[in-house]
Amino acid sequence: MSTLPFHRRKDVRLAFRYLLALLLVIVFVFPVYWLFIISFKTPDEIFAFPPVWYPESIQFANYKVLFKDGDAATVGNSLILATVSTVFAMILGTIAAYSLVRFKTGGENLAVWIISQRMMPPVAIVFPVFLLYVWLGWVDSYTGLIVLYTAFSLPYVIWMMRGYIEDIPLELEESALVDGCTRWEVLWKVVLPMARSGLFATAVFTFIFAWNDFLFALVLTRTEVTTYTVQVTHYFGGQSNFWAKIAAMSVLGTIPVFITVAIMQRFLVRGISMGAVKG
Amino acid sequence: MSDLKITGLHKHYGAFHAVKGIDLDVPSGEFTVLVGPSGCGKSTLLRCIAGLEETSAGTVEIGGKDVTWARPRDRDIAMVFQNYALYPYLNVKDNIAFGLRARKFGEAEVEKRVARAAEMLGIGHLLQRFPRELSGGQRQRVAIGRAIVRDAILYLFDEPLSNLDAQLRDDMRVEIKRLHKELKRTMVYVTHDQIEAMTLADRIVLLRDGVIEQLGTPLDLFERPRTRFVAGFLGSPKMNFLDATLSASGVILKDGTTLELPGRSGLKPGQAVILGLRPQHIAMAGASIAKGHMRVPVVIELVQPTGSRVQATMPLGGASIIAELGAHDVSRPGEKTSIDIDMTHAIIIDPATETVI
Repeated sequence: MSTLPFHRRKDVRLAFRYLLALLLVIVFVFPVYWLFIISFKTPDEIFAFPPVWYPESIQFANYKVLFKDGDAATVGNSLILATVSTVFAMILGTIAAYSLVRFKTGGENLAVWIISQRMMPPVAIVFPVFLLYVWLGWVDSYTGLIVLYTAFSLPYVIWMMRGYIEDIPLELEESALVDGCTRWEVLWKVVLPMARSGLFATAVFTFIFAWNDFLFALVLTRTEVTTYTVQVTHYFGGQSNFWAKIAAMSVLGTIPVFITVAIMQRFLVRGISMGAVKG
Repeated sequence: MSDLKITGLHKHYGAFHAVKGIDLDVPSGEFTVLVGPSGCGKSTLLRCIAGLEETSAGTVEIGGKDVTWARPRDRDIAMVFQNYALYPYLNVKDNIAFGLRARKFGEAEVEKRVARAAEMLGIGHLLQRFPRELSGGQRQRVAIGRAIVRDAILYLFDEPLSNLDAQLRDDMRVEIKRLHKELKRTMVYVTHDQIEAMTLADRIVLLRDGVIEQLGTPLDLFERPRTRFVAGFLGSPKMNFLDATLSASGVILKDGTTLELPGRSGLKPGQAVILGLRPQHIAMAGASIAKGHMRVPVVIELVQPTGSRVQATMPLGGASIIAELGAHDVSRPGEKTSIDIDMTHAIIIDPATETVI
C-alpha cells in the first residue's frame, strides 16, 4: 500500500478537522436557527411535514401579536429589572470589594463567607422571601425583584471585583492620594479605569443572571412585572403549545443579551483572562 | 526654618518594630538622603512622612504644621515612586497633569505648568504617548515630572532609580541633582545605594534597624564615621577591617606587623581593637614615605581592573585587604611589592561596642 506524502497527509488531517468543526457548529447553531425561523413562519409552515427548512416569506405576524397583546412588555420588564439590579450590584459590590481589599474589612475570611452565600440554592429562600414580600407589599413590584436580584448578584460581584482590584498596583493609588485625591476620587479615577475590563465582564454576567432568572420571577410576580421567562411558560398549554409565540418571545428575549455581549465583547475577553492570569 | 520636623517617631507592624524613635530636622531647601540596608526602616519612615502609613507614636511637621494625622493630600507633598506609578490609561500629559487637576487647577494653568515641567525634563515630545510606549528612563522622567509640576513644600523620592540600568541610573542621578539646584526645594530621598546617597545628598541620614546610626554631610560620614557599620556601609570598595591590639603609639596586627598611629594620644596598650583602612588610603610605595604613612611589604593575590583604577586584594595582618591602586600599578597576581598606608585616615574601633574610638 502506498502511503500519502507528508503534505498530503496534512491536508487530509486538516479537512477532517474542518468537517468535525462543521458538525459541531450545526449541532449547536441549528436549534437557534430553528427558533428564529419558526418565529417567522405561518402556523401551517410550523406544523408542516416534511418540515419547512426555510419559509417562503418572512412573516412578522407572530411578533405583531405579542406587541398587540402586550406580551412583549415582559421583555421590557426583564430589561428594567436586569439593568437596574446590575447597576446597583456593580456600584455596591465594587465599593465593598475595594473595602475588602484595601482595608481588610472584616478580616481575611469575610470575602469567603460572602461568596459562600452564592452557593445557597435560590429555592431554599424563595418562599421565606415570598412571605416577607407579602408583608412588605413588594410582591409583583419592581422594587422587590430589583432588591432580590441585587442581593443575589452581590456576592459574585464582590468576589470578582476583589480579584481585579487586588491586581492593581498599590503605588498607583498611593500616588493619587499624595497628588490630592480623596479615597472616593481614587476609586473613581484610578481603580475603576484600571479594573474597567473586569468591571464590564462582571456586569455582563450579572446582567445575564438577572435576565435568565425564572424561579424568583415566577413566585414573586403576578401580572405587573412579569418577566419574559415567566411569560414564555404561559404558551405551554395543557392541550397544545403555541409554538409561534414561544419562538417569537424567545427571540425577543435573546436579542438584548446578544446586543450586550456584542458590545462588551472586547472587554469580556480581556476581563475574563485578566482575572485568570495574574500579571 | 525647617520644612520637615520629625519628633520621636515610632512605627510598629504588629510585633515588628520598624522605626524606633526617629528625630529629624530637614531645613528648607536641603536634599536629605535616607540610606541604609534593606529592612532598616527608611521606606517606612518616608511613608510615614507622606502619610501613607500611620505613625505609632511621635509627630511629623511639614512646613511648620503638625500633619501627624493629616491625610496625604493635606500634607502639601509630592512623591516619586519606585515603580513610577504612572496611570497606564492616561497619556504622558494627563499623567503629569493628574495632580494639578485633582487640586482643581484651571486648564490654562495646567497647560502652562505641564509644558514647563516637560521642558525641564526633556520630555516635551512625548506628551501624547502612553506609558507603555516609553522606555524605563522616560517613564521615570514622567514620574518626576508629575511631582515637580506641583508647588509642594516637600518632595519625596522612594528609590526612584532602582529599576533603571546602571548607565541610565547615572544619567538620572545627574538630572535629579540638577533639578534640585534649579528648584531649590526641600527633598527627601530614599535609597539603599550608597553612591546615590553620597553623590546627591546635602546631608545623609544613615539608618540601621529603625534608628539613625549617623547623620551628617556625605564627607563627614565618609571621613568621620562614628561606628563600624557607618564606616563599612559608605565607600566602594568597602573599608578593610583588621583585628589588632593597641600599643603605646599604634596598633599591632595579628601577624605582628606594627603600624604607627600619628597624632593619637591616650591609647590603652593591650586593648583589642579593629583597625579600619579605606582602600583609597592605600597606595603603591613611592620613592619616599610621606608623613603619617606606613610602608608594608605585600604579595598581590587578586587584581580587578576597573579601567581608571585597579582593586588589588592582598593578605595583611592575618586577613585579606583590598587596596585601590593606580591603573598600571600592579598587573598580575603573585607580584611582590610594597604599599604605603595612610595612617592619618585610619580609624580604630572598639569591638565590644562597635563604635569608633
